[in-house]
Amino acid sequence: MRVLFANRLTVLFSALGALLVLFVAVPLARTVTASSPSLLWQTLLDAEVRSAISLTLYASFIATLLALICGVPLAYLLARVDFPGKGVVEGIIDLPVVVPHSAAGIALLMVFGRQAPLGQAFGLLGLRFVSAVPGIVIAMLFVSLSFLVNAAREGFEAVDPRMERVARTLGASPWEAFWRVSFPLAWRSILSGAIMMWARGLSEFGAVVILAYHPMVAPVLIYQRFESFGLAYAQPVAALMILICLVAFAALRGIPRRNRRMR
Amino acid sequence: MSLQVTDLWLDLGEFHLRGVNLEVTPGEYFVILGPTGAGKTVLLETIAGLHSPRRGRVLLNGEDVTHVPPERRSIGFVYQDYALFPHLSVAENIAFGLRLRGMGQKAVAQRVDEISRRLSLHSLLQRRPETLSGGEAQRVALARALAIEPSILLLDEPLSALDPETREGLQRELARLHRELGTTTVHVTHDFEEAVALANRIAVMNQGQIVQVGSPEEVFRRPESEFVARFVGVRNVFRGEIFPGDGGYRWLALEGAGRQGLRIAVLTDLSGSVHASIRPEDIVLSREPLHSSMRNSFRGRVVGILDRGALIYVTVRVPPDGVPPGATDFVCAITRPSLEEMGLEEGGGVFISFKASAVHIF
Repeated sequence: MRVLFANRLTVLFSALGALLVLFVAVPLARTVTASSPSLLWQTLLDAEVRSAISLTLYASFIATLLALICGVPLAYLLARVDFPGKGVVEGIIDLPVVVPHSAAGIALLMVFGRQAPLGQAFGLLGLRFVSAVPGIVIAMLFVSLSFLVNAAREGFEAVDPRMERVARTLGASPWEAFWRVSFPLAWRSILSGAIMMWARGLSEFGAVVILAYHPMVAPVLIYQRFESFGLAYAQPVAALMILICLVAFAALRGIPRRNRRMR
Repeated sequence: MSLQVTDLWLDLGEFHLRGVNLEVTPGEYFVILGPTGAGKTVLLETIAGLHSPRRGRVLLNGEDVTHVPPERRSIGFVYQDYALFPHLSVAENIAFGLRLRGMGQKAVAQRVDEISRRLSLHSLLQRRPETLSGGEAQRVALARALAIEPSILLLDEPLSALDPETREGLQRELARLHRELGTTTVHVTHDFEEAVALANRIAVMNQGQIVQVGSPEEVFRRPESEFVARFVGVRNVFRGEIFPGDGGYRWLALEGAGRQGLRIAVLTDLSGSVHASIRPEDIVLSREPLHSSMRNSFRGRVVGILDRGALIYVTVRVPPDGVPPGATDFVCAITRPSLEEMGLEEGGGVFISFKASAVHIF
């Protein structure tokens, strides 16, 4: 490894890079450290805050679960099978990342809203999306599913297809080959994709706020307190959310990478 | 078990099979020899049922299995780069097929024990695949394939990823396993010497087609096409036995040469029954016996002259008055000026000489 300050080039690049790193780290650290631990604790005892945070964690968890059920099979297909229109499918999966999230919320409202056909159909089953938990879930699902599908696809792509073929010759049906070979080998990638998706779901504001201002998720609560009461009131809730996301992030980093590249 | 492939056609990306016909008899060691991209791997995978042919049939023991899925064909498959399951231990890798067959814990353990002893893998059973050397990994892959007692064993370039020394050892291991178990084996390779050393019969493959089938001797003595001749190369390949010698040399007694037959000085660590090859360019022709550092010098008779343009291939029979199989034919390559200078003609006497180090033993 080269010494960081070996010559003028690396010195200049270090300085420029450091600006960017500090730009991210300082505001986050400032927010977390601005409130005393006791104030954070008090905020946590606030019933409104607690229900917002637990709703956020729960809704994002359900969204991730839904994405696992449909996204892992899709990821496997994308990794293994060539079919016409595959590029289009991959593009659609990436689309939520580039669409403005408030626009995504509007788009969902057009389909799942009270007047929309699909919304009405679900309404008959007693499932309401506008200003309800299911609305929060689909908003989070929409904006964060790309992370899970792409991570799982990369995980499957790293599994040598010949490993599945050997399994087949050894007596495994396609199902057994998937469950005993491909899935366990791609599992770490799938798990890290799921955590990434969950964390992304937690932080969603734009799409959620369009479908459901109430019940209030934590990002909406932060915004509401900031608008109604000012910075001082919004800041402790923000600090709590940052801390929760940091924990998820640490978990993500903790997943060993040793099986990422397999023969 | 016998294997029959009739008129097999397949298109898979850049690989094609174009009307492949094969017939492998029970217990045979059959080698498919061909250059990279000839479609050898695809052919093996199609035999295993991993691809559906566009046309043609695959028969195992006379039974049409063309549309039977791979898991019901009882085939052992070994890939060039092992394809071991990295999330399982060596023992679990070997047990993989047995567990799928619903075998009980005890029976599985017993079978794993048995097969790992046969392949000297016993000390490695608890290891993870990533900690194995290439040779060890390939033996595990073999054990995994053989554990299910397959009716046929398919080997896809099983020695190509190994260093030369390991490769030689594993080649002997393959020969021994085949002797002991008698499993019908189809082995794919691009290495001519590997094919000669192991095969009962060789099929030469090119561009998705089988271009010649025959015993190793037939294939290199009588190539039926320009391609086979070029790919196999004109060369001298012999079978023989190694005997101890002195001064750092060993003696190779050529098979069929009789008791007081031809003995060639060679350099090798191998012993017992071996193959030997000498490149035609490494043999020196002369009208008079040569006094040189070359350890091997024999008197012979010219029995054939083949004009190949830049090089002339001269076939010399040793001893000069012998007839095969009691005599041995050496093919020697010389340039046209040398031929004219020496005035060689068929039936004439000549001396051949080559270094002990020019003989490749395998």
